[in-house]
Amino acid sequence: MEVVGKSMKRVDAFGKVTGEAKYTNDLCPKDALIAHVVHSTIANGEVLSIDTSEAEKVPGVVKIVTCFDVPDIQFPTAGHPWSVEAAHQDIADRKLLNTRVRLYGDDIAAIVGVDNVACERAERLLKIEYKEYPSFTTVEDALKPEATPLHPDLRKTNELIHTSFKSSPDYDYEQAKERAVREYGAEHVREYEQTYRTQRVSHCHIEVATSWAYVDVNGKVTVTASTQIPHIMRRVIAQALGWPVGKVRVIKPYLGGGFGNKQDILYEPLNAYLSVVCGGRCVCLETTREECISQTRVRHAVIGKTKALYTTDGRLLARTLDGYANKGAYASHGHAIAASVATVYKDLYNDAYGCRADMTTVFTNSASAGAMRAYGVPQSVFLADCQIDDICHREGFDPLKFRMDNCVGKGFRDPGNGITYYSYSMKECMRRGAEYIHWDEKRKAYANQTGPIRHGVGMSIFMYKVGVYPISLETSSARMILNQDGSIQVELSATEIGQGADTVFTQMASETTGITPDKVYIVSTQDTDLSPFDTGAYASRQSFVTGKAVKKCGLELRNRILDYAAYMLGRPVEELMIHDNNICERIPEEGTTIQTDLSAGNGYGYVPDGSVDENDRYQDWLDADVKHWNIDDLPSGRKSILRDTGKILAKPGKVLLSMKDLAENAFYSLDRSEHITAEVTNHCKENTYASGCTFADITVDMEMGTVKIDHLVNVHDSGTLLNPQLAEAQVHGGMAMGIGYALSEELLYNEKGRPLNNNLLDFKIPTALDVPDLKVIFLQMDDPMGPYGNKALGEPPVISVAPAIRNAILNATGVAMNELPMTQQRLVAAFQQHGLI
Amino acid sequence: MAVKTLAAGKAVSIMLEIVHMTVNGEEKELAVDPRESLLDTLRNRLNLTSVKRGCGVGECGACTVLIDGTAVDSCLYLTMWAEGKHILTVEGLKSPSGELNEVQQAFVDEAAVQCGFCTPGLILTGVELVNSGRKYTREELRKLISGHLCRCTGYENILNALEKVVGYH
Repeated sequence: MEVVGKSMKRVDAFGKVTGEAKYTNDLCPKDALIAHVVHSTIANGEVLSIDTSEAEKVPGVVKIVTCFDVPDIQFPTAGHPWSVEAAHQDIADRKLLNTRVRLYGDDIAAIVGVDNVACERAERLLKIEYKEYPSFTTVEDALKPEATPLHPDLRKTNELIHTSFKSSPDYDYEQAKERAVREYGAEHVREYEQTYRTQRVSHCHIEVATSWAYVDVNGKVTVTASTQIPHIMRRVIAQALGWPVGKVRVIKPYLGGGFGNKQDILYEPLNAYLSVVCGGRCVCLETTREECISQTRVRHAVIGKTKALYTTDGRLLARTLDGYANKGAYASHGHAIAASVATVYKDLYNDAYGCRADMTTVFTNSASAGAMRAYGVPQSVFLADCQIDDICHREGFDPLKFRMDNCVGKGFRDPGNGITYYSYSMKECMRRGAEYIHWDEKRKAYANQTGPIRHGVGMSIFMYKVGVYPISLETSSARMILNQDGSIQVELSATEIGQGADTVFTQMASETTGITPDKVYIVSTQDTDLSPFDTGAYASRQSFVTGKAVKKCGLELRNRILDYAAYMLGRPVEELMIHDNNICERIPEEGTTIQTDLSAGNGYGYVPDGSVDENDRYQDWLDADVKHWNIDDLPSGRKSILRDTGKILAKPGKVLLSMKDLAENAFYSLDRSEHITAEVTNHCKENTYASGCTFADITVDMEMGTVKIDHLVNVHDSGTLLNPQLAEAQVHGGMAMGIGYALSEELLYNEKGRPLNNNLLDFKIPTALDVPDLKVIFLQMDDPMGPYGNKALGEPPVISVAPAIRNAILNATGVAMNELPMTQQRLVAAFQQHGLI
Repeated sequence: MAVKTLAAGKAVSIMLEIVHMTVNGEEKELAVDPRESLLDTLRNRLNLTSVKRGCGVGECGACTVLIDGTAVDSCLYLTMWAEGKHILTVEGLKSPSGELNEVQQAFVDEAAVQCGFCTPGLILTGVELVNSGRKYTREELRKLISGHLCRCTGYENILNALEKVVGYH
């Protein structure tokens, strides 16, 4: 590949360093009215009345809307593709404003005014009467019989959904135990039982959740919003207002970070409604940082009660998980994230007898938990990999060897959803990470330490599927339009949220069309009235799912261009190709094989005659998966590349015609005028796994309870890298987020359910002083499912960092920290409890 | 929908005050609300939208501007205090012919930009460091940018970019 795989500079970098890139609020008209949401001052109860009479007299107040005024419509907020089957639709459990208060700060009224001062003055004059119930912010309390059900119309108790996944239908832990004793003898079989807890954290994108809305001359309510999912937002706003979808328009400009929070619908339906009730005037609803932390979404806190059965020589036999996910007040993404916790827990290790993973999602009076980077998998891997290291610590096993022997294997196929490891390098990732961190030497050096300063190494592994197929729909559309100068526009509804999507899509479009990247103009703004349908940025799906649409569209455009070239040149299409903005003679490459084609872009191990370099570390994978494939046996995701013979299997010859001349002729020819465009939908029915690991080398100050990270390395197999420099940057960010998750971040509540630290001073995300130099290693295996050999990278970097640091603390001190975050206070308390200080 | 439109709906009239400052090299005479932050003045009255609001209370550094060469959170700075001062935002960094300042260019080259929301503030802190004429170690740089929160980059490439312009080579 010529463009994909190169470290091209971001297409939006210039605009972002000059301040020219416009974000949602930068575009808001200066005369917009300001919306101010009134939040409840109780955590559980009902609003009995709101007297607005005094508040309405405040100069500058335009409109006050209370929970008694809004349409009686409950709507879902999850950023999922809609399901046409009622049973799979997201849970509709909230109104624009709610009389039933389910968390401290629930949205009970909204004030629209000319400025914030007027709104805040009016808020102080509202007279609100509540009926208050005892509140509960933990799943333990929410499941007690005396806890008030928060959604009695949906569930009799606070349990939203319980699921049980098994590695095979007949698996049973107690039977596994009997079998183990029978097969290995009681003296060779051990059992380990432990409970682990992860905390509630906030995404803390630096741009808060924000939007502005007005009713346009065509009657459409038009919402400009900071969102990862403009087309889904349009549907949800329509549902919330009871309007047809076509009467809603959503525009998404540049976005200052999302991390899953903006894969949910937040205040945008309320914003649209406030504009409508203010006669269509423009209303801006920008959350404060405090609202953004405690009133939007958070990562689910998870409790995992685990059991494991293993042999004294290090074979993992069976595990169980009984876990609880703290949903908070509203369903948001429902049980999907808890299901993801269970699935990855079950799949990550290859238990000889099997595994059962049960998860229960529970409503509580706290911030609603939704999507956050890696969708339950960081929680899942924390449970799984604390458990593995605890077993190794107890038995004196080497955690690296134990993982090598027991981790998910090559060719794994999830029996439940059928997702398969097409390109597998889990063990190679571990080898590379161990080599970098000097695992064996350090494990020896750090044995038997005493004293106030101690060192440790720890590791953790992960697997991550790409997108949501087959659990849910994966579909994407792309449009390409040829300009008169031979350049093109690329229009997508996959969104740029900072991850570099616009840049890699530019590279893909260039790669497939033969038009150079400087002549590929990606339209960064999504507008649901103009942009073709795509569900947006989540599940690390876009480079894979939208990438397939870009590729398909690029091929379509290229074929149309070549068809026109054939007409102009009077030559058959088969003799032509596009290269470097020219129509060239197409010279088929002799002796090109499937193997060399599949190797395009990965740079490992192949030589042109299709044989395999003896030093190739991935020979086993090649033997198993690729070498003997016939073109027609290949999965459909890959066929398109192989059949894309114009580019990959041929080289350009003599230049016949420039794209500029062709385009100008196509526009203005008196003989054959044709505006060359392409628009396709790609319904993606493929999936695969990305994998990798983290290794941490740390120093613990026992008396201070501080953890200094000396070396941190993430090793990733995300298939062929589309843009190595951006890929590495993406991993850095995930690693830093993982450090905060490990050591400092937690949204806290008091006994009345009131958030205590919903600001950036007290909610401790890492600063530059808290993050060490970050090392990233990539293994680039060409995945046969990815459109360009690529697979998921956006979310995975955060997953394995916290358990690796936790396991390094265990290695350093012998103390197993079973709860996140591992703050100084908690570490000092644990060291005291163990008599170490 | 039982929603009344209020007759009020008119802003309270505030006595505006005049302030003089130089913004990105241009002298400005502005009538502002004396309670107004410099962040609001720059964004709302001068349309300098590179100055971002991330928290409004001095926690995140996204609204950093240079005031007489010193990096300041403009959300915590009343516009009236800027009387007679020189304000610089990233809109003022490009050369007249459109070339990037060396700090901006380093951010582009080192892939120090992701979502871009913290970027203008960090670049201005970088410009403050360049103007000091000093060199800085990586550890010094970590401390000097610790008032800027970034959730995308892990700071790694931001530090690389800053080292490129003010580090020891």
